[in-house]
Amino acid sequence: MLEIKNLHASIAETGLEILRGLDLTVQDGEVAAIMGPNGAGKSTLSYIIAGREDYQVTQGDIFYNGRSVLAMDAAERAALGIFLAFQYPMEIPGVATMEFLKVAMNAQRKARGEAELKVPEFIKIVREATAGLEMDMAMLKRPLNVGFSGGEKKRAEILQMALLQPKLCVLDETDSGLDIDALKIVADGVNALRAKTRSFLVITHYQRLLDYIVPDRVHVLYKGRIIKSGDKNLALQLEQNGYADIIGAAE
Amino acid sequence: MMTNLPKTAAETALIRQFAGLQQQGVFPPDTQRAGFLPSLPQRQAAIAALGAHGLPTRRLEAWHYSDLRRLLPDIAAFSDKIDGVELPPLLAEAPVLTLINGRAGEAPNSGNKVFKAISLAANSEAETQYAGFDTELEDKGAIISQINTAFARDGWHIEVAAGNKAVIELQNIQNSGQSHSRLAASVGKAAQLTLIERQAGDNQASFLSFASRLELAEEAEVTWIIVRQRGLNAAELNRFQAILGQKSRLRLYVVNLGGQLVRQEIHVDLAGEGADFQLRGINLLAGSAHTDNTMVVRHLVENTASTEIFRNVVAEQAHGVFQGMIRVAQAAQKTDARMACNSLILSDEAEFSARPELEIFADDVACGHGATVAEIDHNHLFYLMARGIPEGAARILLIKAFVGALLDELPENLAGALHKVLAAWLESHFTAA
Ligand SMILES: Nc1ncnc2c1ncn2[C@@H]1O[C@H](COP(=O)(O)OP(=O)(O)O)[C@@H](O)[C@H]1O
Ligand SMILES: [Mg+2]
Repeated sequence: MLEIKNLHASIAETGLEILRGLDLTVQDGEVAAIMGPNGAGKSTLSYIIAGREDYQVTQGDIFYNGRSVLAMDAAERAALGIFLAFQYPMEIPGVATMEFLKVAMNAQRKARGEAELKVPEFIKIVREATAGLEMDMAMLKRPLNVGFSGGEKKRAEILQMALLQPKLCVLDETDSGLDIDALKIVADGVNALRAKTRSFLVITHYQRLLDYIVPDRVHVLYKGRIIKSGDKNLALQLEQNGYADIIGAAE
Repeated sequence: MMTNLPKTAAETALIRQFAGLQQQGVFPPDTQRAGFLPSLPQRQAAIAALGAHGLPTRRLEAWHYSDLRRLLPDIAAFSDKIDGVELPPLLAEAPVLTLINGRAGEAPNSGNKVFKAISLAANSEAETQYAGFDTELEDKGAIISQINTAFARDGWHIEVAAGNKAVIELQNIQNSGQSHSRLAASVGKAAQLTLIERQAGDNQASFLSFASRLELAEEAEVTWIIVRQRGLNAAELNRFQAILGQKSRLRLYVVNLGGQLVRQEIHVDLAGEGADFQLRGINLLAGSAHTDNTMVVRHLVENTASTEIFRNVVAEQAHGVFQGMIRVAQAAQKTDARMACNSLILSDEAEFSARPELEIFADDVACGHGATVAEIDHNHLFYLMARGIPEGAARILLIKAFVGALLDELPENLAGALHKVLAAWLESHFTAA
C-alpha cells in the first residue's frame, strides 16, 4: 500500500514549491488514476515517489507498505518494487538496451537474494515479453532509447515493467505520443500485469487511456494537491466538462 | 634566455648512471651493434645534450602541463634482477614478444612465416648504419629521444613482408628498476599488422623509456594498440613514431590505465598521398596519476586525413593531458583533420587539460577540433537507478558506455578484449554496491 501524507516538495535548486500538501492512498491491487492540467505537478509527484534527487521534501512523508521511503535512493526503492514509466524516457548512448535489461534484472534479483539469470533464460524471458508488446528484438541491440521513436520509447518502458515485475507501477503519461493501435497494445500489456498484489498509479492528461485501463479510483491533481477524488465516473465527468468546474469549486 | 637551474636528483642520477654503464662496458661496440641501436658516440652526444638541456620544465610549450623537474623528482636505479613474468596475451592467438626489465626474451616460434622478429641485442651482425630512430639532440623538448638514445640496449625489430598479415603482442614488463628499449616495425606493401603494445608493471618504483618507430609501405594497414597497465610508482616516457606511405592506414589506440607519471608522445607523418591516420585515446586515471598524451601529426602531402578522438575519465587527484598538434604543410591541399577530446571529471581535484593546436599552411583544407568536459549525467544515473541498478554499478555502466564507444570501430575480438580490460579497471577502482 502506498500512503502519501501532507507532502510538500520543492525544486532543490530554486526552492520553488510544486507539491503543496498532497494526500493520496493507493491500496494493493488498486488502479488509481491521477488526472490534472499541465503543470499541476503530476510528473513531479511521480519523480518524488521514484526517488529523484532534484526535489526536496520539506514536509510530510511517503510510506510504502508502512515504511517511509524518503531516506532511500532510487535503486533501493526499485528493489522494493516501485517502478516509474517515464513521461520522457531518457536516451543513454553507449549502453546497449539488452545489456541494461540484464544488469537491471540481475540487480533486482540480487537485492531480493535470488540467483542471477542464466543467459538463455534471460533471452527467453525477453523474447516472450517483446513479442507480447509487438516489439522487434533487434531494437534491443541499440543503445537504450537512442533513436527510438516516441511510441517505441513508451513501449520500451512497458517492456521494462513487464520484465521487472514491480509491485507499484507509476505510469506517467504513457499514452502521450501513442497512436490508438499502440495505445491498445500498451494497455493490454498493463492489464496483463494487473494483480491483487500489484497496484498502479496511472497519470494521464486525457481520459482516453482510461477507456482501456479502467481505474478503481480517480484523483484530480491541481497546483500540487489532490482537489477531488472519485470513481471512474469522475474521469468521464472531466472529459465532458473540463477541469474548470472542479478547479473553481476547490479555489 | 638561459637560466642555469641546479641539477635535480633525477638529472644527476641519469648522468651518473650513464657513466657507470659506460665504465662497465655494457654498450655494444660498433663492431657488434644492431643498426637500430645507437653507436657509443651517439650515446655520449645524447647524454651530453641531456646534461646541457636538463629535464624539461613548463616553460617549454611541449611540456607545459608536465613539468618533469617537478614530476620526476627521482629515478629508480638499474637492477639486473629479472623481475616479472610474461602475461597471458590479450588475444589468445597472438605470439608474444617480451621485454622484461628491458631484456628481450626468446623470439617466438620460428615456424611463423608471416613476420620476422629479431631482438636487437641478440643481433650480433654489425651494422655500420644507424637506422631510423631520431636522436634530436638540439631540441630541448626531445628528452625521450635523448634518454632513449643514451641508454637503449635492447628491443625488437619486426618485419611484415608485402601482402602478409600478422598479429603480435609485445609486452614490456617493468616491475622495478630501470630500462630503455626500442621497437622498430616495418610493414610492407599491402601487408597488415595488428600490434598490441602492453606496457605493464606492478606498484614498485620503476622508470623506463620506450621508443617505437613504425613504417608503413604503400597500402599497408596497421592497428596498433598501446595498453598501459602500470603501477602506482611507475614512470614511463614513451615515444611512438610512424611514417605513413601512400594509401596506407594506421589506427592507433592508446589506452592508459595507470602509472604515476606517463608521457606518451605520438609523432605521425602522413607522407604518402591518400594516407589515413586515426588516433583513439582512452584515459582512465585515478589516484595521483599524471598522464600526458602529446601528439604531433604532420600532413605533408595532398589528400591525407587524420582524426583524433580522446575519451577521458579522471577521478581522485589524477591529472590527464592531451596536446594535439596538427601541422598541415603548404603542399598538403585537401587535408581533412578532426580532433575531439571529451572528458568526464569525477572529483573536484581531478583535472584534464586539453590543448588542440592547428598550424595550417595550405588553403584548401578541412580542420576542426572540439573539447568538452562534463560530470556524469545525473539524469542518466537516475534512470538506471530507478530500474534498481545501485548507484556504483550505474556509474560504472555509464563510464563504460562513455569510453567503450571508442572501441566500436575495432574488430570484435579486439574490442571484446579491451572492453574486459576497461571493465576490470573500473571494477577495481569503483565499488559497484
Ligand atoms: N526541474 C524543474 N525546474 C523548474 N521548474 C520545474 C521543474 N520541474 C517541474 N517544474 C515546474 O513544476 C510544475 C509542475 O511540473 P510537472 O510536475 O512536470 O507538471 P505536470 O506533469 O503535471 O504537467 C510546472 O510549473 C513546471 O514548470
Ligand atoms: Mg508531466
